[in-house]
Amino acid sequence: MKNAKLAAILSILLTTAIFVTSCGKTSQNGKDGKEQVTINVFNWGDYIGETTIADFEKAYPGIKVNYEDFSTNEDMYVKIKTGASDYDVAIPSDYMIKRMIDEDLLCKINMENIPNYKYIDDRFKALSYDPDNEYSVPYMWGTVGILYNKTMVSEPVDSWKILWDEKYSKEILMQDSERDSIGVTLKMLGYSMNTKNIPELEEAKAKLIEQKPLVLAYVVDQVKDMMIGESAALAVVWSGDAYYCMSQNENLAYAIPKEGTNYWFDGMVIPKTSKHQKEAELFINFMCETNTAFNNAEYIGYATPHTEVIKMLDPDLTADRAAYPTEEDLENCEIFEYPGDEINREYGRIWTEVKAQ
Amino acid sequence: MKRGRVTTFPYIVWMLIFILVPLVLVLYYAVTVTTPAGTVFSLQNFEKFMQPIYIKVLVRSIQLALVSTIICLLLGYPVAMILSGRDLSKKNILVLLFVIPMWMNFLLRTYAWMTLLEKKGLINTVLGFIGLPQINILYTDSAVILGMVYNFLPFMVLPIFSVMSKIDKSIIEAAEDLGSNSFTVFRKITLPLSLPGVVSGITMVFMPALTTFIISKLLGGSQYTLIGNLIEDQFMRVYDWNFGSALSIIMMLLIVISMAVMSRYDREDAGGGLF
Amino acid sequence: MTKVIKKLYLALVFMFLYAPVVILIVFSFNSSKSRANWAGFTLKWYLDLFKDKQIMSSLYYTIAVALLASLIATIMGTAAALGIHNMSRFKKSIIMNITYLPVLNPDIVTGISLMILFIFFKIKLGFVTLLLAHITFNVPYVILSVLPKLKQLNKHLEEAALDLGATPFYALRKVILPEIMPGVVTGFLLAFTLSLDDFIISFFTTGSGVSTLSITVYSMARLGINPKINALSTLMFITVLGLLLIINKRTSGNSIAKNTKEQKEMPNFYNPSSIEGEPLP
Repeated sequence: MKNAKLAAILSILLTTAIFVTSCGKTSQNGKDGKEQVTINVFNWGDYIGETTIADFEKAYPGIKVNYEDFSTNEDMYVKIKTGASDYDVAIPSDYMIKRMIDEDLLCKINMENIPNYKYIDDRFKALSYDPDNEYSVPYMWGTVGILYNKTMVSEPVDSWKILWDEKYSKEILMQDSERDSIGVTLKMLGYSMNTKNIPELEEAKAKLIEQKPLVLAYVVDQVKDMMIGESAALAVVWSGDAYYCMSQNENLAYAIPKEGTNYWFDGMVIPKTSKHQKEAELFINFMCETNTAFNNAEYIGYATPHTEVIKMLDPDLTADRAAYPTEEDLENCEIFEYPGDEINREYGRIWTEVKAQ
Repeated sequence: MKRGRVTTFPYIVWMLIFILVPLVLVLYYAVTVTTPAGTVFSLQNFEKFMQPIYIKVLVRSIQLALVSTIICLLLGYPVAMILSGRDLSKKNILVLLFVIPMWMNFLLRTYAWMTLLEKKGLINTVLGFIGLPQINILYTDSAVILGMVYNFLPFMVLPIFSVMSKIDKSIIEAAEDLGSNSFTVFRKITLPLSLPGVVSGITMVFMPALTTFIISKLLGGSQYTLIGNLIEDQFMRVYDWNFGSALSIIMMLLIVISMAVMSRYDREDAGGGLF
Repeated sequence: MTKVIKKLYLALVFMFLYAPVVILIVFSFNSSKSRANWAGFTLKWYLDLFKDKQIMSSLYYTIAVALLASLIATIMGTAAALGIHNMSRFKKSIIMNITYLPVLNPDIVTGISLMILFIFFKIKLGFVTLLLAHITFNVPYVILSVLPKLKQLNKHLEEAALDLGATPFYALRKVILPEIMPGVVTGFLLAFTLSLDDFIISFFTTGSGVSTLSITVYSMARLGINPKINALSTLMFITVLGLLLIINKRTSGNSIAKNTKEQKEMPNFYNPSSIEGEPLP
């Protein structure tokens, strides 16, 4: 009697599992008859408008989209490099795009198939990581700067040096990203963020180690809640996040230091593993359509490179120099480059040494 | 017994394909380096580890994992005992209730801890309200230990519980009849009989605790690199799979050796554990 | 007196376990995305949740993989443990050492090595590879849960059954399995829990649009976790709690019919021997 009950429960579980799986599988095989193409899109989490995928599938009924997320450029890189899955469209960041181009992992995009490319602001074409606009189409962009709490910081914030100020011990938040943190230090010392010069990197390392006792934490996205909750006075953040934080807490302000900063881009690319390049290009073109780009920009909250969408967005947003930096803000800015495997290891080693103190 | 071979067969096949083969792959990466001349066998990766900075990382990871495991044991053993005790009805519901929080995404729960522990977080707000001093453990080792204990407690409790729930009550009754007080009963009967569960629990907590990195990233403010962070970095950011594999192999060896030493103390457990 | 202390201690531990869960649930009603700012009560995240196809698909795959992987792992693991228990010391230690590997290894090493394995055998990444990976890291936990119970087992019990004329299979079913059932159930629960929460191994062994909730959540790390996830977790929690209550009602209903010998314990997985045994054939 007991065993029968147990067996019953087990078999119900097993049956449910099998039923649920096979049910899903059939509904995935798509409609009958028509030639269905499935493309695999690989993007950051929560980085697309809520209805974009559905809208695309409606506009192109013969194409189905498999949508997958990744949490860091490196995660994405491993999956694409090892050929694990045949992704058709991916949206990595600037330095990763450069690295993938150098390692011949990307297809050239036929810009004739992307008529909506004309909407991308000319400022964002011919960027250092893709100088001939052959491999990528910009998706979102921004800068890195200092977000600070006006009630906790009395002096003007215009230099990276303030992050080394002992007055703010344990009130400082740094990015838990080697490129961003080492980059910020290099800029403070007056060097390039992409330096391959080891002595300069060692200097940056020494500075970071010096700073460590003052740092409350090395964070990623928690920085937003921490600043809104006023747990810290100063933080290194991305412009899009800064704008969001300021909208939640009016004591916050954003500044781009005079030494210059990082200017980042996320772009859409087509990995060589793609089996449906034509459909991939259709997808990228769709993402550049004004309506779609507007939905994306509005949902994500980061700066868009689309000229028409900028006109459609809330003027308060587009006038805000945190969300949409002006030309003069961008004077000393650099885009991250991939320094090559060997130097990349040096960056990694330095970061480990800083953290292992 | 013939039964041994038949029932284990599927698992042995599985093990060979999915555990051994990947292990060989990791070993391969660990003992090779890619030079411009091609892939070459070398112990360079292991030598690389022998630097004070990496040893420091390993030692710190072991310390944290050890402390967390011990706290888990101290907190979890009584829970297992209480749950398996006979004066409680509704045992299985409680056990399930114990496990259910683990079914909520770990990242979410860790973020929730941060909301609780922040300088101006909930706990401090409540403490401030009643006039008690504020606690500031976030982004320190204590927060990391708290996170680890929180995450691994059920893994300690469940094995001990399942063993304790079947300890023959008549033995305990007999001991009590013969005049032992509760403490002696515990020391001489319950504790030794529950040991297999304890060993399982320690295994299931200490090992993952050693290689975890998310807890230290979030609750520790990523202040310190633990061996888990180090390995993750090697595979993902630095892209030095050889060094990363070597690190994993070193970890494996360390654990195997320490478990072998431990199993010397457990005569009965002959052949049941590592080495 | 001790009863009170015991109940208090248990209550404290449960509060510790559930504190973050309560926070999680509360913030699913927060109309701001930020956890530092309470901007008012809203149900919008719950509504948005159901419109989000990606999250729904992740949910479905997560449950499917977790259920299937834990069931298969439990069956295979229990069978393996039964065999391992009877092995010679040498064979036993070799197999146990290898079994420990997925537990010891950092997730990332297991994930990447499995991914390379699948690529090597030219298996396309998708639901099947995901399932295989989950079973692989689940089985050791099942074995680790069942083995202590086998050790605890009185070996003469089985011999007695056989002597009394039972077939080995009958002895297994009626004598051994009930005794090790707590271990089996524990193993299943642990495996299910691990599968639900796994991120790295899943990330590297899945493809073809198959994503799990963990992957979806961790991928939001750059931009901040959308409260839709809180809403989803809250709903899942309520569902599981509800199921638990239903099962509880059922079992308590049965126990009224069956009056056990000495203790008024309810029939449960953990103490089948409290119920009158059935005679062997």
